[in-house]
Amino acid sequence: MAKDLAQYFRPEYRSTPQSPLCAGCGHGIVLGLILRAIDELKINMDDMLFVNGIGCCMWVPTPQFAADVLQTLHGRALAFATGAKLFNPKLKILSFLGDGDLGDIGGNHLIHAARRNMDFTIILGNNMVYGLTGGQVANTTPEGALTATTPLGNPYRPFDMCKLVEAAGATYVARYSILQPFLLIKSIKKALQTPGFAFIEAMSMCPTQFGRRNRLDTPVELLKFLKDKCITKKQAEGLSPEELKDKIITGELKNGGS
Amino acid sequence: MGFKQVKSILPPQTHYFSGSDAVVEGAIASGCRYFAGYPLTPATDIAEGFSARAKDVGAVFIQMEDEIASICSIIGASWAGAKVMTATSGPGFSLMQEAIGYAAVTETPIVIALIQRPGPSTGQGTTFASADIMQCKWGSQGDYQVIALCPWSVQEMYDQTINAFNLAEQYRVPVILLSEAAISRLEERVEIKEEIRIFDRAKATGVAALGLPPDNQVQPMPIFGKGHQTKVTGSLRAYSWGLTSDKAVQEMVVSRLHHKIMDNRDEIIEYDSYYREGAEVVVIAYGFTARSSLLAVKALRQDGKKVGMLRLKTIWPFPDRVVAKVGSEVKKLFIPEMNMGQVAGEVMKYTCSKVISYSQTNGDSIQPDTIINELRRLL
Repeated sequence: MAKDLAQYFRPEYRSTPQSPLCAGCGHGIVLGLILRAIDELKINMDDMLFVNGIGCCMWVPTPQFAADVLQTLHGRALAFATGAKLFNPKLKILSFLGDGDLGDIGGNHLIHAARRNMDFTIILGNNMVYGLTGGQVANTTPEGALTATTPLGNPYRPFDMCKLVEAAGATYVARYSILQPFLLIKSIKKALQTPGFAFIEAMSMCPTQFGRRNRLDTPVELLKFLKDKCITKKQAEGLSPEELKDKIITGELKNGGS
Repeated sequence: MGFKQVKSILPPQTHYFSGSDAVVEGAIASGCRYFAGYPLTPATDIAEGFSARAKDVGAVFIQMEDEIASICSIIGASWAGAKVMTATSGPGFSLMQEAIGYAAVTETPIVIALIQRPGPSTGQGTTFASADIMQCKWGSQGDYQVIALCPWSVQEMYDQTINAFNLAEQYRVPVILLSEAAISRLEERVEIKEEIRIFDRAKATGVAALGLPPDNQVQPMPIFGKGHQTKVTGSLRAYSWGLTSDKAVQEMVVSRLHHKIMDNRDEIIEYDSYYREGAEVVVIAYGFTARSSLLAVKALRQDGKKVGMLRLKTIWPFPDRVVAKVGSEVKKLFIPEMNMGQVAGEVMKYTCSKVISYSQTNGDSIQPDTIINELRRLL
């Protein structure tokens, strides 16, 4: 799927990529998939508004995308986006936000943006940890996982944000891992074409902060971990609750209607 | 861009408004077309008023999930090209502080009507105070400037709301209409003129350059959706976009935010003087307390007492030069406030004359008799 995506970057960043993302970070893969979806839909970047928060996800559109980027306060991206969208409904808003940003500090804004069925495409970059601040526990960290603030293992269950936004009234909900790039591109395209709140959880990875504390130091080990953890809806059929306990179900979870 | 005269939407005549209604009408007249708010006594009247008027002018009104969301959404709408506003009181204003710093550093024009109520914390929703003067200026982290205006009448609630929008657009800065329930819920005559003077922000053209602005002057503002490839951020590290060293950016941005307002403060600051000729004692007052103070000063002048008054219409940037001048001319300055001396402390920075602070924090407005009695002791 080699593709020339240079036109989507500002000229200053075309020849010398200056990604602040760590080696092996999964978010760079999502960056490529977002641009491929936009490219395939032939969306004019002048119509796009990328609204991001604070965390590793912010380095995806900032500063290199040749488009408007609103880098907001931690957790508040969807509140900022609501103002821009309501005043100018022509803006096509895409937010790539972290699990801390959306599920912890910004949870209330997420619920209400979904309830209002705001015409946003939200991509949750779930790397199961607070990356930028040095690897602290997140609402998405698996039970028992070691982090900088759970040295004895995370005592709590991880959050299923897909279920949350579906219950809050989202129009489109899907979850895929970065090991399913073609499905993710297809899903991002669907989300961008969905009028209303479209939410995709992209299971990403953080070798630097999550992997190294959980014996998953290399990107390959983390990819294997994701491959084992993420199963399709079909694979999930017929599995017992016990067998499903540590699994993450991928696929389209809701498409249209209410 | 720049100042222009526009026809008033309201019929030019004498109207009878509450202070809150006057804020709503001032906002509509200024071209405010996006309002987000969250219920909080005593500021709720303004949100209710705007929601009722929004359809008449094609404006957006939304009640958000909290005050944080309210201010964040108006910042988003401002970058989409709207003149924007929110209204709140102490508890909501506390929640908004982080975003006020964001609006200051991203140079986003926003207007906040702050109808003060007694604190700390939940305090009281239905009595009076004016104790958020310092929070208004220093509530968010770091060094930044805002503009805060202190109306004393319903007429000024209208006029100063228009002024607030003009200043926000002209200087690309958060402007706070710093008021009190004693005025927002007061009903008085308001003269609406046929034409009003409003300022529309200078709009950018072409692709927005990365990095720092060339000087401390206000830059034309890009709008989302017009191909400017605008990058808006509160992160000074990201501000440099890898083009300037982090240290240089930090210093230049902080200095810029300061100078943009302080170098223009003579243009921004407004005040009124009363009976200052030959005055030996001058009362410095603002907001509702200035009404009581003027009654007191008038009564004492009729008694032949050498007392005058300076009314601060702008609180931030602080009217340092006029306060210093008045301070150099008189023996004593008397400062009655519905707080523990927030403005009195500021006045002390700029004058060597004796500053007498009078504080009343019982939730009631300060009566003229109280001020007369206090002044008689000084004269």
